[in-house]
Amino acid sequence: MGLITTVNDSSATPLRVPAPSGDASQDSWVTSRLDFLVNWARSSSMWPMPFGTACCAIEFMATAASRYDLARFGMERLSFSPRQADVLICAGRVPFKLAPVLRRIYQQMPQPKWVISMGACASTGGMFDNYAVVQGIDTIIPVDVYVPGCPPRPEALMYAIMMLHKKVQTERMSDKSLRREIEPDTESLLYIPPSTIDELSEPFGNSVHQTRSAP
Amino acid sequence: MSKRTIEMAVGTAGIDAYGQPIRAPLSVRSQGALALEAPYEPELESDHMLINIGPQHPATHGVLRLVLELDGETVVRCVPHIGYLHCGFEKIGEYRQYNQIIPWTDREDYLNSIGNNVAFVLGAERLFGIEITPRCTVLRVIAMELSRIMSHLVWMGTTCIDIGAFTPFLWLYQERENLYNLLEGWVGARLTTTATRVGGMAAEIPDGWMDGLNAFIRNFPKTLNESDKMLSKNGIWMGRTVGIGALTAEEAINCGMSGAMLRASGVAYDVRKDFPYLDYETYDFDVAVGTSGDVYDRYLVRVEEMRQSIRILEQAVQRLPDGPLNVDDPRVILPPKTKATSQMESMIHHFKLVMEGPRPPIGEVYVPVESPKGEKGYYLVSDGTSKPVRWRIRPPAFVNLSAIPRMVEGHLLSDVIAINASIDIVMGEIDR
Amino acid sequence: MTASLPPYESPVPGSAREAAGLPDPVTPRYIAHQGGPENPSVAALRERFGVAVLRSHVMWGDTTVFVDPKAVHDVIRFLRDDTAHAYNYLVDITAVEYRDTDQPLEVVWHVRSLPWQRFLRIKVELAAGSALEVASVTDLYAAADWLERECYDMFGITFNGHPDLRRILMWDTYNEGHPLRKDFPLRGRFSRAEQLSQALKIDTSGGYSTTELSIAEAFNDLPEDMKQRLRAARAVDPAALALPEDGR
Repeated sequence: MGLITTVNDSSATPLRVPAPSGDASQDSWVTSRLDFLVNWARSSSMWPMPFGTACCAIEFMATAASRYDLARFGMERLSFSPRQADVLICAGRVPFKLAPVLRRIYQQMPQPKWVISMGACASTGGMFDNYAVVQGIDTIIPVDVYVPGCPPRPEALMYAIMMLHKKVQTERMSDKSLRREIEPDTESLLYIPPSTIDELSEPFGNSVHQTRSAP
Repeated sequence: MSKRTIEMAVGTAGIDAYGQPIRAPLSVRSQGALALEAPYEPELESDHMLINIGPQHPATHGVLRLVLELDGETVVRCVPHIGYLHCGFEKIGEYRQYNQIIPWTDREDYLNSIGNNVAFVLGAERLFGIEITPRCTVLRVIAMELSRIMSHLVWMGTTCIDIGAFTPFLWLYQERENLYNLLEGWVGARLTTTATRVGGMAAEIPDGWMDGLNAFIRNFPKTLNESDKMLSKNGIWMGRTVGIGALTAEEAINCGMSGAMLRASGVAYDVRKDFPYLDYETYDFDVAVGTSGDVYDRYLVRVEEMRQSIRILEQAVQRLPDGPLNVDDPRVILPPKTKATSQMESMIHHFKLVMEGPRPPIGEVYVPVESPKGEKGYYLVSDGTSKPVRWRIRPPAFVNLSAIPRMVEGHLLSDVIAINASIDIVMGEIDR
Repeated sequence: MTASLPPYESPVPGSAREAAGLPDPVTPRYIAHQGGPENPSVAALRERFGVAVLRSHVMWGDTTVFVDPKAVHDVIRFLRDDTAHAYNYLVDITAVEYRDTDQPLEVVWHVRSLPWQRFLRIKVELAAGSALEVASVTDLYAAADWLERECYDMFGITFNGHPDLRRILMWDTYNEGHPLRKDFPLRGRFSRAEQLSQALKIDTSGGYSTTELSIAEAFNDLPEDMKQRLRAARAVDPAALALPEDGR
């Protein structure tokens, strides 16, 4: 499916299983202090690129507005240009017609970049299990944090942002594999071919009943 | 005649997945016109530029894409592209029972979710031949008017941002948060309410809810007046909106405009007055009508509509009767939960209603309501089974948007943003 | 978008109804499933068009009139232009396909008379297996433009005379069919992986229609690979989307 993934792996392992990379003890005191400083700076002022399409975008606006006030996270500067953005917040459903646009915007963002998938539709397709909607944006771009909800409350989005902060704070500059974009490795044991994914995503249980048009 | 074309793609040139640069020419010039050997004579009046706005652009209110041909800064032609949020609502409605469709109506015009819930069940109830109770009627009026205010608040806030005023957005969103709290107290959700059921409502209003509503009715006009004072006579605001994107009454009717778009052009067409539902003819309210049909009049009409909604809310609070909320019709209304868990007949009844769904007689209905965007109607066709053959949404914003070439052509590029904002588009409803 | 405007004196809705002394509209209650007062325009249509008006019925208070597919344009033009009816407002154009595929596919026009405050549903039946073609009403109502395009996109009904009949909600090269037809599965014809890979193949930078490229007369100026891409992208239906070689 042409999936690009950003992984923390060391490709030397025979199974190519993503493993926690490196060993913190190998880093010197200086680099770890520097990491701390850089990560503190990065996480304290992430410029979001709001890819708002539907209902979740309204809740994103509520989060950015007066009561919830994203400025507390240093995020009040919404970067509508992907070139100046740090975190892509995909808020809302993504139909197939929009898929290449989303991917293009992700590609235009400079590294380091992170993605928050806001809401059920962006994360899994949600209630739109039909011909038009991408079943989760992680089939197009890598995602760091998924926010459940339809739409998620502003508190949920803020929790996701704080989770992302934690993730950023554990990153280390010495980790060479951190921001490498790779194509899915068909040789890996973890690779699932698209046909299998199709099979796995077939309806089951009550949803079989729901895909019949008349009783 | 030299033609110079500048193409601006969705973004600019980038790197594709394989690390190869994506070719997107930023500047294309025609044969020989700008070549060094040819004498270069600038013919500014013949230079046309192709500008692409969207699909991801903050001022398009979603994922609208506009391709504009510019002569200097003047729009000569406009080709809108939609469908970037097409999610197959109408298809999926054919696979769902009537009560199961209600959650989809939330997500289609998501600024006006509770109004859509009411609009849909009005259609479904006519298809079932159900007359709702007086208390339910008044509660639905309250729901629809709250929803109208909610939608107009977002419209006004985002339009302010588009035209360059940020502060009203913050004030208006504060009021919207108060409305969210009210809805949350009633049905448990802020945005996607699913507040109605065929034959009634999902829930009775909780104790003390009316106090919250009364406080909102008291306090909201203050905020509205402040924003009104800040914008209506503001020189920048008027300079950006007066005389922009005007449509005559005949044009607006012929283009199928509805809602504030049509009323700003001087046609007092309001579904609440012309094809009443929910006893709207018994409420005392005025229909705001503009004169020139430009962006400024649309703004004034919407502000006045919010004031009239407050008037309707005041009357509805006064007349809210006691009595049952749901109709006494076992065909559509579930038995009480306590009975469903203790009596076998009620449990079977509950099971059959949930699993098989209520079945309307063969027929078709189209019931229009006045949504904040204009005339919204649900066209339902039943073949006697528990799922509709066709669930058609008549999208007001879709028809309103289709006239955007007529409105923007001849105006400046910056006016396109103001005109587009004045249509009050919601892509979820346009693309469905 | 060059619809001629109908004769229209007063933009006040309900003016003709008030002049005729009819009562104000009220919320309808206890509507009968079938039967009830028929819209008076149907009688006028029968008188004017005779056998082209096939039948009519009143269901849940709304009048539906079935007309001959060949006469539908004339019928709508008469309803719009005759001041005794003045259906000046086009509400909706859509289609209905029934689950029983032997039943004909119906094209539905919802028209409304603002002066008379009347509503009429006009239907045309297209027999199963016949060509799905009706006349376009874009010359009468500018509102019909996108509504007909959507109907074409979702059902595959061709509106003869529409100036720019192409897909509107799905992309130009969408090749799974017409989604709202009953033979179209809910999840589409292709597998999810195939749908996604086809969607990702849409070139966002080359995604201009030929109309737009002719706007700027830019097609000939494009680099050769982009021309090829555009040609290939539109190779599905070369007749409908033939690329102008001169870029005009």
